[in-house]
Amino acid sequence: MHPAFSVIFLTTLIGVGQGLFLAIFTGHSYAAVQLVSAQDSVAFYGVGGLIALLFLIGGLTASFFHLGRPERAWRAAAMWRTSWLSREVIVLPSLMLLILIYTAMQFLDLDTVLYTSEKGNVLHLSLIIGTLAAIATFVLYICTAMIYATIKFIQEWACALTVVNYLLLGTASGFTLAAALSSANAPELIGLYGKWAIIITAAAFFTRGGSLIRNARIKPISTMQTAIGVRHTKIQQKSMGMQGGSMNTRDFFHHKTAAFLKIIKWSFMILVFPLPIILLWTGVNSGSTSVLLGAFIIQYIGLIAERWFFFAQANHPQNLYYQTT
Amino acid sequence: MTQLALVIDLNVCVGCHACVTSCKEWNTSGPAGFMTDENPYGKDPTGTFFNRVQTYEIGEFPKTETLHFPKSCLHCEDAPCVPVCPTGASYKREQDGIVLVDYDKCVGCRYCTWACPYGAREIDEDQKVMKKCTLCVDRIYDESLPEAERKPACVLACPTSARLFGDVHDPESDVSVTIREEGGYQLMPEWGTHPSNHYLPRRKTRMHIHEDELQRADNPLNKEQRGPSGPVEGTTLDDSTSW
Repeated sequence: MHPAFSVIFLTTLIGVGQGLFLAIFTGHSYAAVQLVSAQDSVAFYGVGGLIALLFLIGGLTASFFHLGRPERAWRAAAMWRTSWLSREVIVLPSLMLLILIYTAMQFLDLDTVLYTSEKGNVLHLSLIIGTLAAIATFVLYICTAMIYATIKFIQEWACALTVVNYLLLGTASGFTLAAALSSANAPELIGLYGKWAIIITAAAFFTRGGSLIRNARIKPISTMQTAIGVRHTKIQQKSMGMQGGSMNTRDFFHHKTAAFLKIIKWSFMILVFPLPIILLWTGVNSGSTSVLLGAFIIQYIGLIAERWFFFAQANHPQNLYYQTT
Repeated sequence: MTQLALVIDLNVCVGCHACVTSCKEWNTSGPAGFMTDENPYGKDPTGTFFNRVQTYEIGEFPKTETLHFPKSCLHCEDAPCVPVCPTGASYKREQDGIVLVDYDKCVGCRYCTWACPYGAREIDEDQKVMKKCTLCVDRIYDESLPEAERKPACVLACPTSARLFGDVHDPESDVSVTIREEGGYQLMPEWGTHPSNHYLPRRKTRMHIHEDELQRADNPLNKEQRGPSGPVEGTTLDDSTSW
């Protein structure tokens, strides 16, 4: 497939936003049951929620560049019964609204206490909103990944690992950013976020590596023989039926060399996994914001490469009909 | 239930592209608006087409055969492009099984092209909506046309009658009989999309001539028209009769 940067930025940016919100909410809910100390509602929960929201807005904006008719985008919510894309279109703004409410409650000091237990555990109203938003976050990861995983023709995507990878890679980048944010605004939580970021990144290394191994061994279900219905082992295309190409030759081919793909693959395998883990470890021990921010930036650049490769590696059966590009 | 479809005879198709041009001509002039053409007379002409004729070489030189392969939307019975559409612009008609795109609803997200294993959909680069073969839905029901012309433009244009049009759900229709009797098949059956369009395979036309057909063993001429023998030496008239 041809990797479209609008979709690459959409999926990576909302992945960070969702992961960051999950991280902030993890800290917030841990504090409610006194597992960690409560943080300043504006400086940490509020600012964290705001940054997560900005990433989601960035992703949503990028998605509009993918549409031919963005003014009709509202129509895309119609077919949620059958289309995962439609479900994503509903869940993404819903999540943004929930995070907006959650963040506004922190900034405007509207976070009323609903219940205080004898042990001193405090249930804030924003925790209820946050729980809903956290559920929406997981649903959104699933929706985004299922858009790809349900296309059975694209065998590289049609696998449960696709969903696991979207979930883990998004949360990994979000927790890395949360570690950087906590080093500046909530130093007590740096260990929580840093260590979770390392654990999730390491888990994602195995699942993404697993999908690379799986994809390298894929045997295509469709062949030239089933594509045109001729039972002969030697079939060669002489003409695609056009001269200057068509959407079929532009949207479904990356037009890059195998060597370039290999470079991208190894770049993201280094940029997404080992480098951020080393930087996270260093940052957690030193408490340096710049090191942790560096870990996030490197991991995010790696994720762009990862997503590019995710699309480029997908081999659509329609390509059988377009072999002389 | 009706399922309109095309049956394309690969044994007869000569790859003349008449179906491509007549399809473009009819559909670019239709009520749904033009079909984009970029650089139509330039170096790299590109544009939106509903139908393409591709050419394949089968076998290894010198034992090769050329196959011309017209390809358009197959109007699958279980069309995978329909449920993925987020707006409902892509739909399959109940009454005749034609898969259509509502150009007024399409957002141009291209998700349906990913979900079509045949590459039958092409986005219009000017109007930014997805387009595909409509089986000339604006023509086949047009009662102002003579009944013989209420067929897709490609079918009417084909000079070798390689394209048949009809209801594949009616077991007695021409297309159904042809599919049944001429070995009609579907493309990429492995995906369970059940394409409605069928293709008829290449068929070898060979003459089998045996030696006794070249030289008739029972040719009566061999008996009746034996030639006269040469002069015979003899004494009586009877002895010299050549028969």
